[in-house]
Amino acid sequence: MLRILRDLFLVFAKIGLFTFGGGYAMISVIENNCVEKKKWITHDEMMDVTVMAESTPGPIAINMATYVGFKQAGMAGAVSATVGIVLPSFLIILLLSGIADALPAYPLVQNLFRGIRTAVPILILDAGFNMVRKMKKKPLPCAIVVCAMIAMFLINFFSVRFSSVALMAVCGAVSLCAFPITKKKGAGK
Amino acid sequence: MIHLNLLIGFLKVGLFAFGGAYGAIPLIRDVVLSYGWLTDEALMSMIAVSESTPGPIMVNLATFVGASQAGVLGAIVATFAVVLPSFIVILILMALLKSAFKNQYVQAVLRGVKPAVIGIVLATGAFMLTKVLSPEGKGAPLTDLILTLIFTSILFLSPKVLKKKLSPILFIVLSAVLGAIVYTIFPG
Repeated sequence: MLRILRDLFLVFAKIGLFTFGGGYAMISVIENNCVEKKKWITHDEMMDVTVMAESTPGPIAINMATYVGFKQAGMAGAVSATVGIVLPSFLIILLLSGIADALPAYPLVQNLFRGIRTAVPILILDAGFNMVRKMKKKPLPCAIVVCAMIAMFLINFFSVRFSSVALMAVCGAVSLCAFPITKKKGAGK
Repeated sequence: MIHLNLLIGFLKVGLFAFGGAYGAIPLIRDVVLSYGWLTDEALMSMIAVSESTPGPIMVNLATFVGASQAGVLGAIVATFAVVLPSFIVILILMALLKSAFKNQYVQAVLRGVKPAVIGIVLATGAFMLTKVLSPEGKGAPLTDLILTLIFTSILFLSPKVLKKKLSPILFIVLSAVLGAIVYTIFPG
């Protein structure tokens, strides 16, 4: 029991320490560590948690840590994983809060972060492609992926105030309305 | 008093910040300005630091604001407050959804929501890529373009060359090192 708690804490601390650029960039790192290496959850579960995380408030990473931790070791596991993912950035920010004004002055530090900023979109796209590869290729879901992608890109591009949660709700509603049809088709096969 | 305000303010942020960090920033700004904790300018520089340090941006900002207002204890209170709502919400959902997930209508909704999330992730990546390649709507600085191509080939070719996918953590470390070298030699 203690070993799994320590494992959860360490793995999520590693995830917290090395993920830059917010939640979507974390998806790749969490998938690599929790699905492929530790096999704590499956890819399908990972998708379920991503949906939950996206449709509930708060950082995706916290939701992921809480879910995986609770699943492995109950309440104590949820706490270890969540503390694990928060602690590294907490300590770093606490250290930086004293010297934050001086830090960006070093060109080398700036360039280092510029390199990471250039890499983050590629990492996020990779996470997206990975999800596409593993989804069931039926007409309706494929159409939703494309429509949601175009819609979200335009929302970002024109800074429209339409949240991703609303977009997900619309797609969910479309799928529910199509259910009588998709169900019939499924039954016919 | 300040500790109580930090607790309430960041509980609000944690509870109402849907759609990731970029949805949370306006909300944090509201809270911070309405309590008069920081000026807009000071907050902007904190956002810049929070974006470039590891970890969830929302949590970083909470720690930062808390530390600036009430030291280590303030940082602890604010961080705890911003994390608590999502922690509890997920635990509740896990308890409730176990049976709900099996319901055929819930399944039908999820079959629409999951592809939507995939689309949103792809769009976010693509949008951030356009930001890198075209800052302020101008054309791509050559260095950014070349480095993007290098990173893309590293990530997507590594499974073929190394017979194993490069781990995302190694990829980030590599991008930091390459960024420090390339941007220093070719400021672009």
